[in-house]
Amino acid sequence: SEGRLIDDQFLDEMRAILFKTDMGYDSIEKIVDEVATKMRGRVVTLEEVVATWKAKLTELMAQENSPIKFAESGPTVIMVCGVNGAGKTTSIAKLAHLLKSQGKTIVLGAGDTFRAAAVEQLTIWSKRLGVNLVTGEQGAHPASVAYRAVEECISTGADVCIVDTAGRLQTQKNLMAELTKIQQSIRKLIPEAPHEVLLVLDATTGQNGISQASNFTEAVDCTGIILAKLDGTAKGGVVVAIKQQVGLPVKYVGVGEQPEDWALFNPVDFVDALFAEIGATSTASA
Amino acid sequence: MFEALQDGLTSAFKTLRGKGKLSEANMRDGLKLVEKSLLEADVSFPVVRQFMADVTEQAVGEKVLKSLDPSQQVVGLIYQELVNMMGPVDNSLHLLGKDQVTVLMMCGLQGSGKTTTCGKLGRMLKESGRKPLMVAADLQRPAAIDQLHVIGEQLGIEVFSDRGQKDPVTVCNEALKQAKKLGADVVILDTAGRLHVDDELMGQLQRIDRQCNPHQAYLVVDGMTGQDAVNSAKAFNEALELDGVILTKMDGDARGGAAISVKHVTGVPIKFIGTGEHLDALEEFHADRMAGRILGQ
Ligand SMILES: Nc1nc2c(ncn2[C@@H]2O[C@H](COP(=O)(O)OP(=O)(O)OP(=O)(O)O)[C@@H](O)[C@H]2O)c(=O)[nH]1
Ligand SMILES: Nc1nc2c(ncn2[C@@H]2O[C@H](COP(=O)(O)OP(=O)(O)OP(=O)(O)O)[C@@H](O)[C@H]2O)c(=O)[nH]1
Ligand SMILES: [K+]
Ligand SMILES: [Mg+2]
Ligand SMILES: [Mg+2]
Repeated sequence: SEGRLIDDQFLDEMRAILFKTDMGYDSIEKIVDEVATKMRGRVVTLEEVVATWKAKLTELMAQENSPIKFAESGPTVIMVCGVNGAGKTTSIAKLAHLLKSQGKTIVLGAGDTFRAAAVEQLTIWSKRLGVNLVTGEQGAHPASVAYRAVEECISTGADVCIVDTAGRLQTQKNLMAELTKIQQSIRKLIPEAPHEVLLVLDATTGQNGISQASNFTEAVDCTGIILAKLDGTAKGGVVVAIKQQVGLPVKYVGVGEQPEDWALFNPVDFVDALFAEIGATSTASA
Repeated sequence: MFEALQDGLTSAFKTLRGKGKLSEANMRDGLKLVEKSLLEADVSFPVVRQFMADVTEQAVGEKVLKSLDPSQQVVGLIYQELVNMMGPVDNSLHLLGKDQVTVLMMCGLQGSGKTTTCGKLGRMLKESGRKPLMVAADLQRPAAIDQLHVIGEQLGIEVFSDRGQKDPVTVCNEALKQAKKLGADVVILDTAGRLHVDDELMGQLQRIDRQCNPHQAYLVVDGMTGQDAVNSAKAFNEALELDGVILTKMDGDARGGAAISVKHVTGVPIKFIGTGEHLDALEEFHADRMAGRILGQ
């Protein structure tokens, strides 16, 4: 398209594009300031400017090729946490499906002993996927379920234990302390576990995602994010602010309700989707 | 209320004190703070833009009141305008008489809180002397039927389900047929979560809507939703002609700007807010409280 002068109106149009992504005020104003100071008065195309953001964001959001850090010996324990309804249980099914397809044996721990039919939900998944499941008796403490799941994993020589937890808002002090307890009880069996603590974030989440990431990380040292529900129209841009402010990388994305609706987080695809409206070409050339 | 914003504005408007009139220029820094506050609360960007333009227009030319700090004067205007935008408030479920069956339908994106909210409404109705019947019309999510049954048992409320059935439209029709026989005067349909861009599932929801003709169709929206709230709410409203919105998970620290976004694109009232996982955690929506929260109380 035609080149344009970078002026106030141009910067304002930039804001309109950027804010729709949920990247958040501070991250966005930083980008806009940079364009304003470095490029004001120049004639450019919007696509050119977008390409420079895309290159930077792709670099910021880069991650390792194999995002799960497996234990050097013995079972790997993965704990999954997040706010209510984010997609934890479904993501566990997807992750189990992936790991199983890589030849790993898996034990699931039904650590949500609170929500109505949460155990039944995970039971159905474990049957569909053909993986082992440890559940607690009614009203059992989630820490004891997690403990028994890890124990089962060790005693059966399984490779990976994935522990589900009940949804909780990051402001609920007691429930956040309970999460820490679950982690501690896992450590009684394997001191360096859990090897991964994955925070599930709903892609439709706005700026509250930042407080989710920082509070959960404070309670249980999250190692990464699963960005669920990326199959809708929300782009999950708040993970950019989370990466900048909390340092948590995104590891996987959820793109549907079935076990195979799951992918490794790809920063290029993610960033392309953030600015899909602009129709600029891939960042590869930027 | 909203002290942080108020403090910021007080210093932004320091030089304004005693000056004659508010103008776009002398309010600029202050208005920028207001805009930031709204965006950090997740109010949709185009809505914020429009809102700021409207408020600025209203404020420009007004005399700086000697009796007030100019920041209070501007904040008052903004607060009132936010309250107006979220009104008129209507918390009524518009129930028919007890001799008839009122049908309420819950719909929304996955995980927004529909099933829990069915229970909360059922509990509220039961307490007010009604006979609710909850219908398990989510045949998709694993154990969704069990979830509603557990909630029904906890509350002593009848649940209709048909585990053999594959079509939720049939389940809803059947439930309505049996409602009278079961002594119910309100039927609450718990539909499956779905994406507004999923044509097949949106079509299914429209079939339920057309065949069961719910008296009230409510969109259940996660209170932590960001800029996407306008997209999903618009699509659900276009498909169903919503009668109301219920905003959930407001017990956390989310500022809840989605309330304004959703109200703006649908025009329908926000009926309730969900304030916890327990089945009594449902409150009537208050536009004034919500406005305070959005401005960062
Ligand atoms: N479209 C879509 N739906 C998803 C995705 N992941 C999960 N869901 C749906 O979101 C809803 C909630 O998912 P759950 O896995 O039960 O979420 P949770 O975090 O375990 O919920 P709680 O345990 O109640 O806190 C279900 O209807 C899932 O099918 C996804 O990637 N895309
Ligand atoms: N903290 C809090 N949690 C809530 C609230 N409302 C619902 N939840 C929780 O959010 C999660 C999802 O709630 P559901 O009622 O299963 O949501 P849904 O919309 O029926 O989900 P799907 O049927 O999978 O689309 C559960 O963990 C609920 O306990 C609320 O107001 N506050
Ligand atoms: K999405
Ligand atoms: Mg769960
Ligand atoms: Mg449900």
